[in-house]
Amino acid sequence: MSGPGATGEAAGAAVGGAAARPIPPRALGPEDFASAPRTDAVARSSRPSLSYWKDAWIRLRRNRQATISLLIICGLVLFTVVGPALWRIDPNRPELSRISEPPRWDTRAEVLAEPPPFGETVLADVPPSLTADGAMLPSPASLELIGRATVESVRLRWAPVPGAAGYLVYRSTSRPGGDYLGLPMGEVAAGNVVSFEDAFNLEPRTYWYSVVATNGAESHAAATIEVTLTPGISLVDAKVIDPTAKPGDFVSRPLRPFGTDFLGRDVLARLMSGARVSLFIGFAAPLVYTLLGILLGGIAGYFGGKVDHWVMRFTDFVLALPFLLFMILFKVAFGSGPGESGIGPMLVAMIVLAWTGAARLTRGQVLQLREQEFVQASRLLGARPTYLILRHLLPNTLGVILVSLTFAIPSAIFAEAFLSFIGMGVAPPTASWGSMCNDGIKTFLVYPHEFLFPAAAISVTVLAFNLLGDGLRDALDPRMRSVE
Amino acid sequence: MLAYTLKRLLAGVVTVVFIATATFAAMHAVPGDPLTSGKARSAEIRANLKARYGLDQPVLVQYGVFLKNMAKGDFGISFTQQNRSVNDIIREHFPISATLGVLSLLFATLGGIVLGSVTARFRGRWADRSTLFFVVLGISVPGFVFAALAQFGVLALNRSAGTTVLPVAGWGGFRFMLLPALTLGLGTLAFLTRLMRSSLLEIVNQDYVRTARAKGLPPWRIFLAHQLRNGILPVVTLLGPALAAITTGGFVVESVFAIPGLGRYFVQAVQQLDYTVIMGLTVFYGAFLVVMVIAVDIVYGFVDPRIRVATEEQ
Repeated sequence: MSGPGATGEAAGAAVGGAAARPIPPRALGPEDFASAPRTDAVARSSRPSLSYWKDAWIRLRRNRQATISLLIICGLVLFTVVGPALWRIDPNRPELSRISEPPRWDTRAEVLAEPPPFGETVLADVPPSLTADGAMLPSPASLELIGRATVESVRLRWAPVPGAAGYLVYRSTSRPGGDYLGLPMGEVAAGNVVSFEDAFNLEPRTYWYSVVATNGAESHAAATIEVTLTPGISLVDAKVIDPTAKPGDFVSRPLRPFGTDFLGRDVLARLMSGARVSLFIGFAAPLVYTLLGILLGGIAGYFGGKVDHWVMRFTDFVLALPFLLFMILFKVAFGSGPGESGIGPMLVAMIVLAWTGAARLTRGQVLQLREQEFVQASRLLGARPTYLILRHLLPNTLGVILVSLTFAIPSAIFAEAFLSFIGMGVAPPTASWGSMCNDGIKTFLVYPHEFLFPAAAISVTVLAFNLLGDGLRDALDPRMRSVE
Repeated sequence: MLAYTLKRLLAGVVTVVFIATATFAAMHAVPGDPLTSGKARSAEIRANLKARYGLDQPVLVQYGVFLKNMAKGDFGISFTQQNRSVNDIIREHFPISATLGVLSLLFATLGGIVLGSVTARFRGRWADRSTLFFVVLGISVPGFVFAALAQFGVLALNRSAGTTVLPVAGWGGFRFMLLPALTLGLGTLAFLTRLMRSSLLEIVNQDYVRTARAKGLPPWRIFLAHQLRNGILPVVTLLGPALAAITTGGFVVESVFAIPGLGRYFVQAVQQLDYTVIMGLTVFYGAFLVVMVIAVDIVYGFVDPRIRVATEEQ
């Protein structure tokens, strides 16, 4: 069998070699015409036979996107399984002194002295309120800091504006431009009170404070000051870590590499435990509903006739149910008691609704295969149904099923994220990537890390599965490959 | 054709009844009833209210009454919103969801056809690869992430421009619809691009394309008259389900952009177990989906004569 092919290859190689490097002519002797010894070197030189799955694996490995995706997915599984063992922080433990901290690698924090009680600067020689005449007021002059600006408090002082009935203080996280001055932090309701203390959610960053004098008219010129806050920790909080801490010392706080969320919970730990929920649903639901679909579709396709008709009618009905509406409805109907995470009902709802795709796919494949010669031959030789199904039908549908499974995983992760995002998914305090997004989006503009990390986690995971699915489809279905 | 349409419509009615039954069963499987939540009521008042809404009847009787009213097109009065009928809620808020849905579908379809054509035309080249990567990215990033990022972008744009270039949220004229429609359509756009691309690539080696090329037609003519017209068929089939999916799936975008669409009412109704609103909205959406699928199948018959012949022979 391998003889002619091997000689052909050898001849081809000789020709190729001749083309590359001319062989000097020499006289041919009888030894050149002796028959070659029979060894199995010829057989060995031909390619080893490859099974379908081996071939697919090689093709998948050659696809760079798919390989990277596979590595990412393996990394994610490690992150989920091994991560919590290495990063031993309770994802549900709130730490109210560290709310919404952005990611920071520096764990050292200066212990700040308790700021002395704030007394408003009231000027006796300026009348508290002048009659509003609607005139444009100038910006307050000499806006300056009182003392040190720390994350505990920022105190401002300015020169009184004649004619002012009060002052408005704004805080912005970017340099104010145009009409935008930032968040209104407070109002001083008298023209002779020329100081303000801000202690609201301060972070170690640069703020721009603007002060505007008011007299009932609309807008006036603002005085703006740029303030960079000293990072630090209050004495009370520092004493919890180190009872001997004094103002001016540095204490080391537990690392929060991904920051903390709106309750001061560690985002990294929550991402890990959220990954467990998201990936569990992502793997378990498609696995179960694909199996269910294979079973029902296989039965319909194999038996045909009335069975096929009724199973497929039922499939059509389930397919007609609006998916997301019924996900919500079923999730509630399958209910979760107080203290439960709500993962179970979500899983059941997904399984009940999503098996139809796999069923239709399997049925189509089985219907096709059933009529093919090799199956008919097997049946003719007396193969029993179980043998036919296990030996011929199932292995031949497996490729297509596997591809649909890879695409089902991201859509299940999506469905979970969607449900949790609208607040109908996992019950708090259980973390899932979707519920973390839901918590994070409320403060997205101020603390983007709370939203961006889980959103990126969902996107990267789903992207990896989609690319892997593409790669698998190309590898398992050569017909599709020619199209690509 | 008429017989086929009638047959499909009949099957559609059966499907809608099935959807209604499934919804009814799921809804009544949830512990409690619409009167459980909220204010504390005495047993007497509860009994009166139950009688008023017919909740004291056996479930099967309630089901019968519901089916009878559904046939008349009456979904009853909401439990939680006083004196507001479900029909009113649908009439008032569905047009908003539908406008948003149609707009984003328009964007998705046009974008999908154009991008699909571009990728198919430049297969394997840089334009194809980069577009395809962005398309996969578009499928992989959840709608709410896009919505949040879009809002953030618009906010930054407005701030740098000093005026409101685009509104960040809310509902009003076209300016308000632009961002949510783009966000909502992105997933479908990505999906349709891939579909269009593979469908065009299947056609590119067909005999009739080769013939057209052989007789010397200009490339744009071959593309428009031969390839596009045939390649667009799978996209047409998906428009119905896509419209339904976009309209029903819009509630995330609706909630992020604070749009008073229908989706919000559904989530609210499920949370408060508002029987009539749940039933009304599910049946309405189910019927909408069924009608869309049938409509597309009929339109499809006009677009592709082969299918019309096949259905007429049946």
